[in-house]
Amino acid sequence: MIWVIHTLNGVSFGILLFLLAAGLSLIYGLMKILNLTHGSYYLVGAYIGSTVIATTGSFILALIIAPLVVAVLGAVMERFFLRRFHLDELPQTLLTFGFLFIFADLSLWIWGGDPIMLPKPAMFSRSIDIGGLGYPTYRLLLIGVGLLVALILWWFQERTRVGAMLRAGVDDAEIARAMGIDVSLLFTLVFAVGALLAALGGVLGGPIIGAGPGTDFDVMLLAFVVVIIGGLGSLRGALVGGLVVGLLDNFGKIFFPEFALFTIFVPMAVILSFRPTGLFGRG
Amino acid sequence: MRRYLPIIIVAIAIFLALPYLLPTYYLSLSTKILIFALFAMSLDLLIGYTGLASLGHAAFFGLGGYVVGLLVVRGQVSEWIAFPAGIILATALGALFAVLALRARGSYFLMITLALAQVVWGIAFGWRTLTGGDDGLPGVKRPTFFVSLADENSFYYFVLLMVGLSAWALFAIVRSPFGHALRGIRESETRMLALGYNVWLHQFAAFVISSAFAGLAGALFVYNTRFVSPDVLHVVRSAEVLIMVILGGVGTLLGPAIGAAVIILLEDFISSLTQRWLLILGIVYVVTTLFAPRGLVGLYKEHFSRNRKR
Amino acid sequence: MIALAVDNVTKSFGGVRALTGVTLSLNEGERLVLLGPNGAGKTTLFHSISGNIIASSGRISLFGEDITQLPPDARARLGLARTFQITNLFAQLTVLENILLAVCGAQQLTFKFVRPLSAYDDIQRCAQALLEEWNLADAGDQLVRNLSYGEQRQVEVVMALSGAPRILLLDEPTAGLSPAETLRVVEMVRKLPRNMTIVMIEHDMDVAFDVADRIAVMHQGRVIAEGDEAAIRGNKQVSDIYLGVE
Repeated sequence: MIWVIHTLNGVSFGILLFLLAAGLSLIYGLMKILNLTHGSYYLVGAYIGSTVIATTGSFILALIIAPLVVAVLGAVMERFFLRRFHLDELPQTLLTFGFLFIFADLSLWIWGGDPIMLPKPAMFSRSIDIGGLGYPTYRLLLIGVGLLVALILWWFQERTRVGAMLRAGVDDAEIARAMGIDVSLLFTLVFAVGALLAALGGVLGGPIIGAGPGTDFDVMLLAFVVVIIGGLGSLRGALVGGLVVGLLDNFGKIFFPEFALFTIFVPMAVILSFRPTGLFGRG
Repeated sequence: MRRYLPIIIVAIAIFLALPYLLPTYYLSLSTKILIFALFAMSLDLLIGYTGLASLGHAAFFGLGGYVVGLLVVRGQVSEWIAFPAGIILATALGALFAVLALRARGSYFLMITLALAQVVWGIAFGWRTLTGGDDGLPGVKRPTFFVSLADENSFYYFVLLMVGLSAWALFAIVRSPFGHALRGIRESETRMLALGYNVWLHQFAAFVISSAFAGLAGALFVYNTRFVSPDVLHVVRSAEVLIMVILGGVGTLLGPAIGAAVIILLEDFISSLTQRWLLILGIVYVVTTLFAPRGLVGLYKEHFSRNRKR
Repeated sequence: MIALAVDNVTKSFGGVRALTGVTLSLNEGERLVLLGPNGAGKTTLFHSISGNIIASSGRISLFGEDITQLPPDARARLGLARTFQITNLFAQLTVLENILLAVCGAQQLTFKFVRPLSAYDDIQRCAQALLEEWNLADAGDQLVRNLSYGEQRQVEVVMALSGAPRILLLDEPTAGLSPAETLRVVEMVRKLPRNMTIVMIEHDMDVAFDVADRIAVMHQGRVIAEGDEAAIRGNKQVSDIYLGVE
């Protein structure tokens, strides 16, 4: 029965990773930007969430405010900085890299160097009985919310015009405009949504893995591994990759605590050898 | 090259005279600058000449340093073995990274280099029993290669010699047929394939050469500070060397060396004022990308050079 | 001697059939022109021959050697050269540097790390000679990206010639050129040694009939007609396609 618990842990962590990878993939799929600031959005989301909870005591408010604030940050970053280097890969990477450090240091300055752990919402702080063992309901909430988000994103991608564009990976402004879509607004919105998802992950993940200096790098690494395995630009890849990495990371820590990173490194290397663009990637 | 001979001679003279011109603190800083100049030039070979933007170059730098540190501190091994071992193992890691990363291009390549480097960092950080984890390994004694290099002057000359020879080698490589082939690959892989070049093999070779020099720089770094910690492998290190290349001027070799000097001096200056080095680094990134994408050498060429030919 | 043999080559991309049962054969020194409307599969066929695409089925051989599965660089080393439909040069390098790379590639002078390229006198002379032969000597020091479109197309062809290839694939060399520039390209092709086998994709009928020994017409991934000028002009299927399309 303990294995059910371990599996649930891996799945809930995997869902968290999915939220991150989905945002990264979304941004890349449309704009071909590899957003190195993604881990920072997670971190800042978690920090803002903790501040909101500390001042208002409401987890729900944190869940709403933090992602929105970070979404605005993302929108500003896209609109005023990344926009200038449309399709020019290296400058975009350098810019997001630069912002990664700016956010890292500013967060350190504002919130200090002690790692934080967000408190669980009152309604989900209990455990339920699974085969004789207690399992935190919060993790089940995480899985639920994550799947809900996955569903929303899937519906959006499959059933809307804009979604069709995203699926096609169209970055040709002419075609998009011909379809009646305001391209510059779309870019900003998509980037903002990507950032929002990362920050949502930060708040949701806060009670489980917390946040502190260095979390942005750790989270970015995990998101990259998920996307390398699952494929950039694919929602399915983000989900599958997320679950794979979540489970591997979890079981890796159980069996090889000192070499946990190897358990994600090896599958990553294997995927690279056979499918360099990931399981569902478009290359 | 003939044209620059007088400048080169003057520069060499200044470098040789430095220990007599500077107080110890600044001589030590100069040693550090030389080491990072080599590190940056090695990355430029990969980015500027071959067109492969790697975000994980610190892995080779750090491994070179860690091998030296571990062998000297834990293994009590002679520097005659430890020093070359650092370079050789860093090169081996470069070969491994190349085999994995070259399966991909573009953004995947960026992610993979970053991810692989982070994994190496994670190992150094997590394997406390071997590496001392976060605390690092102090007590890396300076080597004795015929003479003791324990004092700052001697060590400076040693580093000057190593970096000088390496720079000479890199400049030669870049002017050689191989170097030209790398540029062609940077411009168009398909065109190079159509001309009969084994593109993958060239990229692999560039990776290996680049990692070898980075490993050398790392070994020198650890000898310089007499200490090794996971910081030497961290993303921030990769970011620092990357901005040195960009700020100095991608694809010029000299530019990154100048960039190294600028960043090291800036860091030294900033750290005396505030703890906010990461913030400054980030700002330098943003400002350089927005206003000087071709770096300082690029700016010089645009505004001051009479000779507009590349 | 059969220089190039394409034997029942098929290429599918997922569900899309780009080439179906293409069979062509060229003797050494022959000039074949490929005609056909857009989307007929001409460039796909070129890619299959040069190795940028690997054929799904069938066999391609170069002077008797099976090259079907070989990567592009291996085929180039066997004496195959090509130009690209979209100019594919080293934009940030000078014209001379472009030609030097082509010459070095042809002579397989590459894993040399010590002496500077400028010290290899024979390579330098070879490149200079090529520039002079094809009237590009003045442009030698110019960055390729600063050249006019017509000049770039010229360099594209000279690059392919740098290695004295046995087989040359020219993908729409006159596309987008002025009449004067087109004439220059045609003269270039005429000047080429008679033992060089050439396959050329063309849209300009006059150029095609001028240069070709034989013509093959492609349509929807197949070769639908093959023969000399008279045979093609008289072919009803061909005129249907062209009249229907234009």
